[in-house]
Amino acid sequence: MRGVGTSAPVLEGRGLRVVADGRPRLEVEAVAVHEGEVLAIIGPNGAGKSTLLRILGLLEPPTAGEVRFRGEPVGAGASLLALRRRMASVFQEPLLCDTTVLRNARLGLALRGVPDAEADRRVRPWLERLGIAPLAGRSARTLSGGEAQRTSLARAFAVEPEVLLLDEPFSGLDPSAREALLGDLERILRETGTTTVFVTHDRDEAIRLGDRVAVMMGGRILQLARPEEVFAAPVSEEVARFVGVENILAGEVADQGEGLLEVRVADRSLLVVGEAARGERVLLCLRPEDIVLGPAPAAGPTSARNALLGKVVRLVPVGVLWRVVVDCGFPLTALITRPSIDALGLEEGREVVAGFKATAVHLLRRGRLDRRPGGLV
Amino acid sequence: MELIWEGIRHALWLLLTADPEVLGITWLSLQVSGLATLASLAVGVPLGTLIALTRFPGRGLVVSLVNTGMGLPPVVVGLFVSIFLWRSGPLGALELLYTPTAIVIAQFVIAAPIVTGLALAAVQQIPPGFRLQMLALGASRPQLLWLLAREARLPMLAAVMAGFGGVISEIGASMMVGGNIRGQTRVLTTATVLETGKGNFDVAIALSLILLAIVFLVNWALTGLQQRRA
Repeated sequence: MRGVGTSAPVLEGRGLRVVADGRPRLEVEAVAVHEGEVLAIIGPNGAGKSTLLRILGLLEPPTAGEVRFRGEPVGAGASLLALRRRMASVFQEPLLCDTTVLRNARLGLALRGVPDAEADRRVRPWLERLGIAPLAGRSARTLSGGEAQRTSLARAFAVEPEVLLLDEPFSGLDPSAREALLGDLERILRETGTTTVFVTHDRDEAIRLGDRVAVMMGGRILQLARPEEVFAAPVSEEVARFVGVENILAGEVADQGEGLLEVRVADRSLLVVGEAARGERVLLCLRPEDIVLGPAPAAGPTSARNALLGKVVRLVPVGVLWRVVVDCGFPLTALITRPSIDALGLEEGREVVAGFKATAVHLLRRGRLDRRPGGLV
Repeated sequence: MELIWEGIRHALWLLLTADPEVLGITWLSLQVSGLATLASLAVGVPLGTLIALTRFPGRGLVVSLVNTGMGLPPVVVGLFVSIFLWRSGPLGALELLYTPTAIVIAQFVIAAPIVTGLALAAVQQIPPGFRLQMLALGASRPQLLWLLAREARLPMLAAVMAGFGGVISEIGASMMVGGNIRGQTRVLTTATVLETGKGNFDVAIALSLILLAIVFLVNWALTGLQQRRA
């Protein structure tokens, strides 16, 4: 893992605002990418991720606020072009010129006045690294989606940018091409240590590539932290939902002590690790992969903590795993493997015990004064 | 039918013996329409590109006007160019009426909207993200325009074909502003009309064949360029 926060920011935005049609579209107080870091920006469609990336890439001026490049505020005019030439972008669409792969890959260098022979020499290693060297003479029109996006990446890397800006570079690809390219890009970014801002709506991509993850929603950055922190300890319910916390239970702290809380959810009592006052309303965030299913005991309801007897309501395949929804007085979603389903003989209507560790729960405090009705969220 | 065969036979003889008058008319037609096309490209390509790339109030109206202009009737153009160049007209002092220059002007007016409209369409069919990507790659303004023009080069060739094809075969304006003066402003189309009127079908057929051959050759060459990269 590369060091973050110790080095000076390469590119930063301060007090960025975008207002369109009289409505605020973007409000980002501070965002910065540091030397050698990959900053992943995730969020749903329309969250303002691409707008933020275009502003940082000096391709669109914000309504208010400033962008700094290596600490210097960005001005207007000719210096804009000079600064753009120290960066490179790859968009969702490969947007290649109607010419060969090689000419496309060296376009950035050509625009910077690098002679063809030297440009060829500098581009070749990137074509090799991205596995498209044999396609160098091919017309860009004849490429597959994955090949075209590799060409677009080679074009960006060839200029050896101080900052690389990636806007959903994998979303247009089929799963196998996406997986292969993701792996290659991950390796190249680790090897070169290229400072990168990476926009995606896919949390798996963000975990794999990001040194830090910024979660954007409604034009704001709601959380900016290491990926494991964002995914394990989201700051709010909406961030939790976006990062894949499928179980968000509303409850009230019944008892408290020694860093352990007893929380009432519906008519069940759950034990979780965390700090909150008695009587405080809380949200319990539980990732589906942290829930374990076991056979229902023959002698009625179990008395063990965080072992909830319930009925299977739904079984849905998701990739290689299965999503099992269990009704324990409130729905609890678990992700388990096919062999586990077979071993437990799971089917709709079957009784099971759903369990989880007290440490698996991430607590969101809602305060004591919150008068919203309790129950399930 | 006899008339046609006889006409074609004589026409071929005129062509094979390189009849000086026929050659002169052909050469003038090529010069006049070639110049008019070049001038319309010089104006139409940048103008079409500009309209395609900018957003301004009344843009829709401008695009509609250009599209209307693409179907401008040559006689109407001939009429207005005549009025402008008439001895007592606004540009009468230039004494251009009934000169090859007058035909070039009229044909330019006909071809310019065609080239502008097709250039506009050519640039507009480039994906909107392309401009941003080129800027992001470090293109300056002039470099961006060059890249866009290069990207649109195939449909731009269609503009050249349409522009040249439109003016070389146009007759109304050439007749009105050129006057069809023998040895001075007589072009292939106006000469064909005259010879047909006189009943000289052989000459008319010879001129028509040349006209067809020119239109075909130009389109063939440009299509070849276009298809090679398609």
